[in-house]
Amino acid sequence: MSSGETLASLDYSILQQCMHCGLCLPTCPTYDATKNEQHSPRGRISLMRAIADGRLAPTRGFGEEMSYCLGCLACETACPAGVDYAHLFETARADGERAGVLDHPLRRIVRGLTLKFLFTHPRCLRMAGRLLWLYQASGLQKLARVLGLPRLLPNRLRELEALTPIILAKFSHQLIAPVENPKEKRRYRVGLLTGCVQDLVFADINRDTADVLLANGCEVVTPPVQPCCGSLHAHNGDPETAAGMARRMIDLFNPASFDAIVTNAAGCGSHLKNYGRLLDGDPVYANRAREWDRKVKDIQEWLVEIGFRTPKGVIRERVTYHEACHLCHGQKITRQPREILRSIPGLELVELPESTWCCGSAGVYNLTQPETAMALQKRKVGHIFSTQARVVATSNPGCHLQISIGLARRQADVRVDQPVSLLARAYRLEKD
Amino acid sequence: MAFPGNLTAALRAGCAGLEVRDQPEELIPYSFDGTAVLQQLPAAVVFAKSTQEVVSVLRWSALNKVPVVTRGSGTGLSGGSVPVPGGIVLCLSKMDKILEVDAANLTLRAESGALTATISGAAEKAGLFYPPDPGSMKISTIGGNVAENSGGLRGLKYGVTRDYVMGLEVVLSGGEVIWTGNKCVKDVAGYTLRDLFIGSEGTLGVITQVLLKLIPPPAARKTMLAVYDDMEKAAHTVSAIIAAKIIPCTLEFLDRVTIRCVEDYAKIGLPRDAEAILLMETDGHPAAVEMEAAAMEKIARENGARSLKTAAHAAEAASLATARRSAFSALARVAPTTILEDATVPRNCLPEMIGFIQEVGKKHRLKIGTFGHMGDGNLHPTFLTDEKNRDEMHRVEAAMQEIFHRAVELGGTITGEHGVGLAKKKFLEGAVGRENVAIMRRIKLALDPHGLLNPGKIFDLSS
Repeated sequence: MSSGETLASLDYSILQQCMHCGLCLPTCPTYDATKNEQHSPRGRISLMRAIADGRLAPTRGFGEEMSYCLGCLACETACPAGVDYAHLFETARADGERAGVLDHPLRRIVRGLTLKFLFTHPRCLRMAGRLLWLYQASGLQKLARVLGLPRLLPNRLRELEALTPIILAKFSHQLIAPVENPKEKRRYRVGLLTGCVQDLVFADINRDTADVLLANGCEVVTPPVQPCCGSLHAHNGDPETAAGMARRMIDLFNPASFDAIVTNAAGCGSHLKNYGRLLDGDPVYANRAREWDRKVKDIQEWLVEIGFRTPKGVIRERVTYHEACHLCHGQKITRQPREILRSIPGLELVELPESTWCCGSAGVYNLTQPETAMALQKRKVGHIFSTQARVVATSNPGCHLQISIGLARRQADVRVDQPVSLLARAYRLEKD
Repeated sequence: MAFPGNLTAALRAGCAGLEVRDQPEELIPYSFDGTAVLQQLPAAVVFAKSTQEVVSVLRWSALNKVPVVTRGSGTGLSGGSVPVPGGIVLCLSKMDKILEVDAANLTLRAESGALTATISGAAEKAGLFYPPDPGSMKISTIGGNVAENSGGLRGLKYGVTRDYVMGLEVVLSGGEVIWTGNKCVKDVAGYTLRDLFIGSEGTLGVITQVLLKLIPPPAARKTMLAVYDDMEKAAHTVSAIIAAKIIPCTLEFLDRVTIRCVEDYAKIGLPRDAEAILLMETDGHPAAVEMEAAAMEKIARENGARSLKTAAHAAEAASLATARRSAFSALARVAPTTILEDATVPRNCLPEMIGFIQEVGKKHRLKIGTFGHMGDGNLHPTFLTDEKNRDEMHRVEAAMQEIFHRAVELGGTITGEHGVGLAKKKFLEGAVGRENVAIMRRIKLALDPHGLLNPGKIFDLSS
């Protein structure tokens, strides 16, 4: 949506496109859990339409409903009529925020600190990450947990404490030079997006991504300080900030100077490909945003598009693949990750039952709706066990963390990895 | 009539433990079903979890004279589960258990909120087959299927929902519970009341359990796709196949408008200048399937198919079926409002009916794509329109009226599988005659004397 757009000002035909056939219902995790239409895509669209028509004011109930929606976009895959649910959903959350239906002093502080401050100031975000790393690496966190200090926290915070991801010692800019060139002839020039969570928690996967690109003839340009792509803001009802982040991103990576701008985080990718819509009507950025959309590629999409080199290194492992919602539903990328995994000699890929069903991570959903997120996590882990795989591959930091925590809760001997990391490992093994 | 006092408070007091919803955000999602345009807010939505809860709701309804509209997943296409003013919606989506699969008697018993796809899956797991496959089967409930007597793609060879219902548990207006039917193939003890409730669209009772017939699955299947320059030739192919004593399990067609929409959307290489595409499938014993497929191929060529493809394996079969499977999706993307109709004629009148629909579309300046079940004469003229364009909606109305009129003239019907509900109420008398509707009214009054169950659907009580 372009920033400032409301349900009432939206092109009405987007709402009308829903012919309420109901085919989205069985694919919606919240409908599945409740069997209540209100918690289904069709029901939510009817509420949005009621607001657009002026039959319903944005109420607290409406705000809560939009917050209960995972935004997994499984409904978009199921929809026979091609309803643009992502667009509707983001507009609806923004309407709710503007009306302040969920407003609460504490919520305002948390949103201000995260959305408005940390996730718009990449250096401060890294600083916070560094502090958290110190706390963890110094053994303080361990000590605190041994002493049972988290028990002193209020319930909600205690649950959050348990979810704290392990911060890596080195962030992306310490692992990847601003410009790296392939050993062989350069075929493409690509920009590499390092992400926010990916940068703090999975910088090694960013390194793997750069390695895989280099191995396939890509010059890799990685600006050391990158702003958040704005997906967090757009998904959480703050389109104005999201638009600002998009402009900063386009300024940082001039799309005209790259063959592709590559992301390895599905949640970011699904948003990054929609800058055109977000900046539609911006006199300075609209055209560049459209070019940007054409250039943004998920790493797996890009590798298959350029005909990546089949690795020779052998990884003898039984692997299953969990599809990040924003990869399979948001970007319709399903074939490529499997193609990459299958290309690795020795690797046995077993299909995961309900592979496209949300794991409950859904951006910050596991923080805002812990109960539903936990139920989905349990369901996902159950399916992973049924495959008897030792590795579950997925391509989104949120899913990676959510599934890791779920597996750890069950003390499972199963590792989470990303397809691009497995490919990087297979390339490295060639040299041994 | 408005309820005196607080309806939901009274409901909660009258039906202990029942889940009752009455906030605007909770009611709006239940104010429509799968039918275009129709909308009505209910006074409350209640979710029953057992037959006993349904009983308490219908007792309360009779005591307080509040109408009840029963609903499954709300995928109906004639407004059958659209609420009535001042009434409550009784939603059965939470009564969704499969209760028994009896492999010795080839039956399956389930609560009425069980999904059709779940039933089909449970049958398959037992090595059996539940054939009815309405387009919405992934989410439609079996109770809704029975109440609407739903059809599907396999109608020609395997019949419709009615052909698989052996027994029903029904709660009557006032709260009385009856079982009608059993696991016996033969049973002539008295009137077959079960049949009365099939296709009754929630006007005679609330179905809470169904006992279904299962059959052994076909061992083999073969799929073919034929392209024609002329709809007549496709129709003659179908007639010739039937005349050759072959009953294929699928005989589906797309007309020119639909072919173009599918090609625009799915880009699967369909010829944009073709007038008709016929998807044919035969199933059964492998030897019979081979013979039938060869005969069908020959007949299609003799009747002027300009190209014909036979799938060599399952994956290819699926790819041939893509055109038909994408038909509705492709049409639905063309315009903001999609109205799916289901006029039906004896199959020998099909080409004439399809030609007539194309003429009507031209006359009223409307875009109508037609596809459907050529084997059983069940057409799906699909209006691609915009409900906000009043002038165009009037033309849609006029076109529909002409189409239904013509279908009846040809010995057909106004609805093959969607039901009458609200959408086709005004055409019912013209289709079945005044006497038939009068008898329906008498039956309705005998079972629901106060007119509390889905009132105003199919027909009005006063003529």
